[in-house]
Amino acid sequence: MQLNIQPSKLNIPKTVAEFSTPTTEQQFAENFAQLKPVMNRTEALYESSRCLFCFDAPCIKACPSGIDIPQFIRQINSGNDTGAARTIYEANYFGNACGKVCPTEVLCEGACVYNLQEVKPIEIGRLQSFATTKVIKSGEKLFGPGADNGKKVAVIGAGPAGISAACELRALGYGVDVFEAKAQPSGLTVYGVAPYKITNEETLAEMDYLQAQFGYNTHFNSAISSREELEKLEDKYDAIFLGIGLGKTNELGLPGEDKINCTGAVEFIAELRQHQHKVAVGRKVIVLGGGNTAMDAASESSRLGAENVILAYRRAKEEMGAYEFEYDLAKGVGVKGLFNVAPVEITGNGYVSGVKFIRTETKDGRVQEIAGSEFVEPCDMVIKATGQAKQTEFLNLIPGLKLDGKGRIIANAHTGQTSNPKYFASGDAWNGGAEVVNAAAEAKLTARGIHAYLSK
Amino acid sequence: MPDLSINFAGIKSPNPFWLASAPPTNSGYQIMKAFDAGWGGAVWKTLGVPVVNVSSRYGGVNYRDKRLVGFNNIELISDRPLSHNLREIEEVKKRFPNHAVIASLMVQSRQEWHDIVRQSQDAGADGFELNFGCPHGMCERGMGSAVGQEPKVLQMIVEWVMEVATKPVIVKLTPNISDITEPAMAARRGGADAISLINTIQSIVGVDLDQFAPYPIVDGKGTNGGYCGPAVKPIALNMVKNCAQHPDIKLPISGIGGIENWRDAVEHILLGASSVQVCTAAMHFGFGIIREMTSGLEQYMVEKGFNTIYDMVGKALPNVLHWEDLNMKYKVTANINEDKCIGCQLCYTACEDGAHQAIKLNAGTRVPEIIEENCVGCNLCSLVCPVEQCITMEQTDPGTEHLTWKERTEAGTAPTEFEDEKAGGRHHWVPEPSAALGKERHKTLPGKARLYSGETVAPTEA
Repeated sequence: MQLNIQPSKLNIPKTVAEFSTPTTEQQFAENFAQLKPVMNRTEALYESSRCLFCFDAPCIKACPSGIDIPQFIRQINSGNDTGAARTIYEANYFGNACGKVCPTEVLCEGACVYNLQEVKPIEIGRLQSFATTKVIKSGEKLFGPGADNGKKVAVIGAGPAGISAACELRALGYGVDVFEAKAQPSGLTVYGVAPYKITNEETLAEMDYLQAQFGYNTHFNSAISSREELEKLEDKYDAIFLGIGLGKTNELGLPGEDKINCTGAVEFIAELRQHQHKVAVGRKVIVLGGGNTAMDAASESSRLGAENVILAYRRAKEEMGAYEFEYDLAKGVGVKGLFNVAPVEITGNGYVSGVKFIRTETKDGRVQEIAGSEFVEPCDMVIKATGQAKQTEFLNLIPGLKLDGKGRIIANAHTGQTSNPKYFASGDAWNGGAEVVNAAAEAKLTARGIHAYLSK
Repeated sequence: MPDLSINFAGIKSPNPFWLASAPPTNSGYQIMKAFDAGWGGAVWKTLGVPVVNVSSRYGGVNYRDKRLVGFNNIELISDRPLSHNLREIEEVKKRFPNHAVIASLMVQSRQEWHDIVRQSQDAGADGFELNFGCPHGMCERGMGSAVGQEPKVLQMIVEWVMEVATKPVIVKLTPNISDITEPAMAARRGGADAISLINTIQSIVGVDLDQFAPYPIVDGKGTNGGYCGPAVKPIALNMVKNCAQHPDIKLPISGIGGIENWRDAVEHILLGASSVQVCTAAMHFGFGIIREMTSGLEQYMVEKGFNTIYDMVGKALPNVLHWEDLNMKYKVTANINEDKCIGCQLCYTACEDGAHQAIKLNAGTRVPEIIEENCVGCNLCSLVCPVEQCITMEQTDPGTEHLTWKERTEAGTAPTEFEDEKAGGRHHWVPEPSAALGKERHKTLPGKARLYSGETVAPTEA
């Protein structure tokens, strides 16, 4: 029998959320299950056995830190897991974090020749974490500081750039002090990456492992934010490394942006990483933006138990900056896309009650609003994933430091040296915002740049 | 449907697949279970004076993630009282009158041989297999391969057995000998009805890197074992062929060695075996593998139009020649199918480092290119290529000429001096090696390898 239901008479039921709201640590861990769980030895053996050991392998070339991937996979395969970890860490101090949080789909694994054969590429990221997790757990030291050369470097920021620079500088014999505004090291790895990519414990274990080997000094809750503080560093240290990353979420400049339950994605994710299931989320969440952080914030809202999560983007779906697999991930947990809409106003009386949008179309590559097409999409939470602001104010405190038109630090691509010769920079503050692996790779190179400069 | 049944030197079997004399044929329970599963015959675990075994008896060779590509054992012959085995042979034959039950035997004196042959006959065994192959333990006591390695002793024992045997006698040969046809001929001279080969190969399958002892480890020590499993098939095939081609042996051959699927079995058969025996695969995967083997064999026979096993026995033998009789005018050249190539460049590095430097890389593509004038048609690139039918070896000679080494030697056109112009390997090398390495580092060592060799500055890629 055919059903004949009048749409207007349908009683719209309360939507059932994809995930129930996690109330315990365990439920949180279930909702945010690791996308790349650590392999056991059998799985690592099977997976490593598939590697073809390509000549001049495309995966190495696709890795910003140039890890000799076929080498470490072969080492895992022959039962030399420690050697594999050494190969990884020789190229990248964030070896474990990168194995888990790198967008491997568009880097090493995306370059795997198996893709051309329509065979599943080697799970390089998970193999990488298999080897690094093992040494981190055992605590086996692979490296140590070099002979003391009597010189000292200050590192501002304990993110992937800062910690990588600290490790490399220690290996080169420098005394290193790392100053970090927050309470924990690893930067966005622990404050900004989605929880299903890496756990706090994993991130911090790698930080402890690095510090135990290289012995740099860390100063947490120690923001450097004034000219006086910088002067002290300039006096005391032979060089200063800037690994300060980016700042808060950009203001949109919309009416109603200050309403309760309208937050920035960076701030929301930092909260989530630190307080996990204790973070509340609305029943209906609108995420503004089309980048990877927007995808993360949307997925996270859904996994926190939001009934509806809408991803609103100014342009068409194809124009989103996010990687396709990141959008797929969000869609997979029930996130709905709303495209070609620009926010005009956050509505509500004290609390957010909706977002007023205007429809847009792209003409000659430019987004144009369609007059008279405004509508209000109701919601009780808005997450702005519209990019992070540059830390221009702070950077202006450094004499002679030049920034480019987008507020990025100008520095030599090979040495990291800025227009103030005592200052060096890597990571998001220099590249404008990229992956953990980029920061780790750049900082290693910059540490050598510092070494070359101070060895003159 | 094709007829899979065989009559092997008078031993009838519903199909050519027998379980070899080994742990899977230790008892009537196992053999009847195997027959239920579909096996055509079984050679009972060797009967004799029951032995005492050590604990820790098997060792394996794994290749990457594949287990037991090679297998060895230091187990001896049956440790069960003879009467128990004989009683069970009787029971099996009663339940499976049309299946082949062959008693494997190993004793010392003439009297013992006479006694055990008679008793096995009385129990209903369809034939005998004389174990002259065991290469560990038993040979230290003057039996097993110690007999197989002494053609005169082998012949004498076969003669003893033939004095009382009323059922067909198969002699199982050891491969631990330089010319397999010598013991095969001795078996024939002694009056044996058939031969089976190969028994296991003396081996050490591995060394424990922490205990500094060979596998399998018995209380911190080890001894050589007998090697078998997929890895030994090539050795077995060659020995089967040697016996099958020998003009004077002329005995039915039961092929043994590395058989785990229908293809392996067909290969043995095409080289002259008319029954095949399986052990390691059954020990690894259980008796259930027989279903794949019979169905594969049947399918193959249907496709080839073979009605009986005998339509295919030895069918490849006319094509196995001596090296000197191969056509030296035949020429193949490697061909890379660009559409299929995935750019792993294994062919490049294999040819570059392991063969004839006949493949080059070009800027802007990961698809390598064959340098035809350097290609000797060795097949290496096509063997390392991970993509099916991507690198193919194409015939490039017109196919009209035929010239063998033997003919060249007879005609006096074979190279005979150190600087002979008639030699084949001229021009297949890099003429100025040092210069080439200096100029083309990016082609000879990929970036990381250059860094490991101490070069901190990588030359710009071509």
